[in-house]
Amino acid sequence: MPTTTDPKPPRESGAPSPPRLAIVGVLVALVLLVGGAAMLLTGHGRDGPTVGGPFTLVNGDGKTVTDRDFRGKFVLVYFGYTFCPDVCPTTLNEVADAMDKLGPAAARVQPVFITVDPRRDTPPVVKQYTAAFTPKLVGLTGTQEQIAQVAKEYRVYYAEHRTGPGPNDYSMDHSSVLYLMGPDGTFIEPIRADGTAADIATALQKAVS
Amino acid sequence: MRNRLLPFAIVIAAFTAAPVIAVMSAHAADTGLTVQQPWARPGAEGQVGVVYLTVIDTGAPDRLVGARSPVATDVQLHESTKEGTVMKMRPIEGAAVAPGQPLVLKPGSYHIMLMGLKQTLKEGDTVPVTLLFEKAGAVETQATVRREPPPQ
Repeated sequence: MPTTTDPKPPRESGAPSPPRLAIVGVLVALVLLVGGAAMLLTGHGRDGPTVGGPFTLVNGDGKTVTDRDFRGKFVLVYFGYTFCPDVCPTTLNEVADAMDKLGPAAARVQPVFITVDPRRDTPPVVKQYTAAFTPKLVGLTGTQEQIAQVAKEYRVYYAEHRTGPGPNDYSMDHSSVLYLMGPDGTFIEPIRADGTAADIATALQKAVS
Repeated sequence: MRNRLLPFAIVIAAFTAAPVIAVMSAHAADTGLTVQQPWARPGAEGQVGVVYLTVIDTGAPDRLVGARSPVATDVQLHESTKEGTVMKMRPIEGAAVAPGQPLVLKPGSYHIMLMGLKQTLKEGDTVPVTLLFEKAGAVETQATVRREPPPQ
């Protein structure tokens, strides 16, 4: 019955052996991972909705906000959390300064902060936090599920890291990237979150002009 | 008459205490530790704040092991690290300083985290901070609240 020279015992035809299945699985995962990273880095997201997507969240006033509310504007999305005293304010300050540098073109850009820590970041907390950078910055929060959904769409990684036994003794590990979305909601390109205001303004200027 | 003398007593006491306080802060300098460009970010009451500074050591090697500030309910030493595009923040036990090896607390690196601000910190405000060193003990400094790092 077996016509191959395979020394292994014959098995049902058509079904790959478990090790082969595992290898195929790893290869598929690798292709997806590399492809995803390449698309993110080269900005090929223009060709399809690779980053971003529909979301329903809540703003600082407790009002429901969806991705559709931002249509017609370039949207600069940053994921962070208000208990982040170091990296998030550094980036958001540069974004605020970049908006100032843009001049009249700033009217076409909407910076948005989305928390990855909805447990602590209630609407009033988010409102107080974003207001400190620029009144133009919209802060959004939501349920754990809503945040998980939008983070997944934006390929954002986030995880709680316990630092002690208390309820507030944790920090959030999170992707720190600025996502530039077009007026139609499609992904244009990622912008380095550790860049200067001038770097961010240059990238925004290029996109809106 | 005793009550009339009280204000004089307070003034005399203040003048006597002033040099003592001056000597105490000078004592910190004797440890060889100098704090440069301490600054804090603006922050809202109830939220978190941050203090950055540089410690120059011209004496013996030492270690920053903690900090205190009356503007926060808790103060911790933290370090931010970056892995790819993922930022992480972790509490640290301490950070070394030695002659020729300044301890630099700056954005995206070591920082003093002010947890639970008791007051809103606005640009131009001053935040008292006590740095706790393993050998030198307490060193006082005043951080200025500003949005951007001070010019180098």
